[in-house]
Amino acid sequence: MKVLVPVKRVVDYNVKVRVKADGSGVETANVKMSMNPFDEIAVEEAVRLKEKGVAEEIVAVSCGPNAAQEQLRTALAMGADRGILVEHDGVLEPLAVAKLLKAIVGREGPALVILGKQAIDDDMSATGQMLAALLGWGQGTFASRVEKEGDAIRVTREVDGGLETVSVKLPAIVTADLRLNEPRYASLPNIMKARKKPIETVKPADLGVDVTPRLSVLKVEEPAKRQAGKKVGSVQELVEKLRNEAKVI
Amino acid sequence: MAVLVLADHKDGALTQPTRSTVAAARKLGEVHVLVAGEGAGAAAAAAARLPGVAKVLTGSEAPALAEPLAAQLVALAPGYSHLLAPASAAGRNVMPRAAALLDVQVLSDVCGVVDADTFIRPIYAGNALATVKSADAKKVLTVRATSFDPVPAEGGNATVEAAPAAADPGLSSFVGAEIVKSERPELTAARIVISGGRAMGSAENFAIIEKVADRLGAAVGASRAAVDAGYAANDMQVGQTGKIVAPELYIAVGISGAIQHLAGMKDSKVIVAINKDEEAPIFQVADYGLMADLFKAVPELEAELAK
Ligand SMILES: Cc1cc2nc3c(=O)[nH]c(=O)nc-3n(C[C@H](O)[C@H](O)[C@H](O)COP(=O)(O)OP(=O)(O)OC[C@H]3O[C@@H](n4cnc5c(N)ncnc54)[C@H](O)[C@@H]3O)c2cc1C
Ligand SMILES: Nc1ncnc2c1ncn2[C@@H]1O[C@H](COP(=O)(O)O)[C@@H](O)[C@H]1O
Repeated sequence: MKVLVPVKRVVDYNVKVRVKADGSGVETANVKMSMNPFDEIAVEEAVRLKEKGVAEEIVAVSCGPNAAQEQLRTALAMGADRGILVEHDGVLEPLAVAKLLKAIVGREGPALVILGKQAIDDDMSATGQMLAALLGWGQGTFASRVEKEGDAIRVTREVDGGLETVSVKLPAIVTADLRLNEPRYASLPNIMKARKKPIETVKPADLGVDVTPRLSVLKVEEPAKRQAGKKVGSVQELVEKLRNEAKVI
Repeated sequence: MAVLVLADHKDGALTQPTRSTVAAARKLGEVHVLVAGEGAGAAAAAAARLPGVAKVLTGSEAPALAEPLAAQLVALAPGYSHLLAPASAAGRNVMPRAAALLDVQVLSDVCGVVDADTFIRPIYAGNALATVKSADAKKVLTVRATSFDPVPAEGGNATVEAAPAAADPGLSSFVGAEIVKSERPELTAARIVISGGRAMGSAENFAIIEKVADRLGAAVGASRAAVDAGYAANDMQVGQTGKIVAPELYIAVGISGAIQHLAGMKDSKVIVAINKDEEAPIFQVADYGLMADLFKAVPELEAELAK
């Protein structure tokens, strides 16, 4: 089967983002950008499915600026076979991304799409579920284990209170949680090989998708800052303070 | 127009985040509650007693799957201006699906209601708060429970009726669940939370934290590093990609304070950090910092609390 893996270019998880002085957004100029960490997990899972002989081809897709080619190259270096960039410079909300991905799915015909559970910039945790809805496919979200079983996929999901297992008919959508796997680092030879793998570029208009945002950002502000408190010298002092000063125990 | 809340419930009882979601919904209009899934009958009776709830609808008692539940929400949607659910694993699973079926951009993790179209939500692991206005005719949102004081459990008297059945698209089936049973309070509803990090070193060592938790009636949480290492169950993870908690008291033991962890606990009222590294970033948000070896400090803490 063919597996499609959408990967998003986001501010690296180690960067402490700053809110712009004019409150219009966060500072993204000159900050390190990376593949969304959950998408690395999604790519890794697809590569493992290929190594097990379950998947035949892996196509990585990114919707975003031209620079998102870098993230596609990372996916190719990890083991994806080819990339598709849906090039667009403005804001892309999950609904718009899901519509673009639906169009790509229509062209590519994958049996499985593995997304990240959440993009660490918008923290929406929505695109996979929205794509499943638009395609009329089943969904296995927040996956910590994925196994193909005949014409279905068995997904163990991280839910409140523990784990839940569902069986989803193929074609299906899976979103990757942190514990699905530990993504590999691309080796140097694989990084070199990835340079020769093809990346196709299309525009939202080529796919006939209207990506106009539904949300307008009125302002972006920093949350109230917490002040560092005091150091206590002993456990006795800590308990005394919690009892008599903070009055929380 | 009324607003519809999809309830989260467990063992026939509503979760506290459901009551917080009802509190958020009350700012938007007359509140109806949909209760579906195993134990829905008992939970519906509880929902009917929530103050401010005018009507309770009951759905299928089969284990809740995203596809039929989203179909049910879409079938009910014409009667409502807003559809809300707690931003729990369940809410996050189904609400974006329902939103896409309605051609609406979902608003995840809403922490403030400005007006019927305008909401505040955290982005970048809570390092920024965005105020966004939705142009969609109908709004679909998940609610960050820690940002809204829950409505009381008693005081209302709503009517209960069965929701019109929606067709199950039959795309997935429920295989089973392993739900951890615990006598301790639920992490997202506990008044006190004590969490352990990588420094705990093993699952067995978590026992020293559990003893303190039992003295305080606290829930036990963990950092991602502790969960990944297998010291704690996955549903104990606090942070950007785990549970969001805001208890009266949060005690971080052997946790460095990475932004992804802070994202899940920095709205706690009082924060205590126990760490042997003076430079650990957790001290920058802690009201009380104790620089100490946890293997000495935590048993001492238990003994001191016993006094
Ligand atoms: C996409 C993504 C999502 C993430 N989501 C989350 C999330 O939801 N929640 C989360 O927690 N993390 C999350 N993380 C991971 C996060 O970045 C950190 O790696 C993690 O929080 C570190 O856990 P820790 O503090 O337990 O471990 P460490 O950073 O290793 O810290 C251990 C601390 O223990 C102290 N220590 C060691 N020995 C002792 C001792 N004997 N006594 C006292 N103190 C001691 C050390 O000084 C150190 O400060 C995420 C990361 C990514 C990339
Ligand atoms: N612009 C994008 N390009 C490619 N994939 C995306 C994009 N936005 C979101 N995704 C995918 O959807 C997942 C969830 O994102 P979100 O719904 O924004 O939290 C990500 O982990 C990606 O797999």
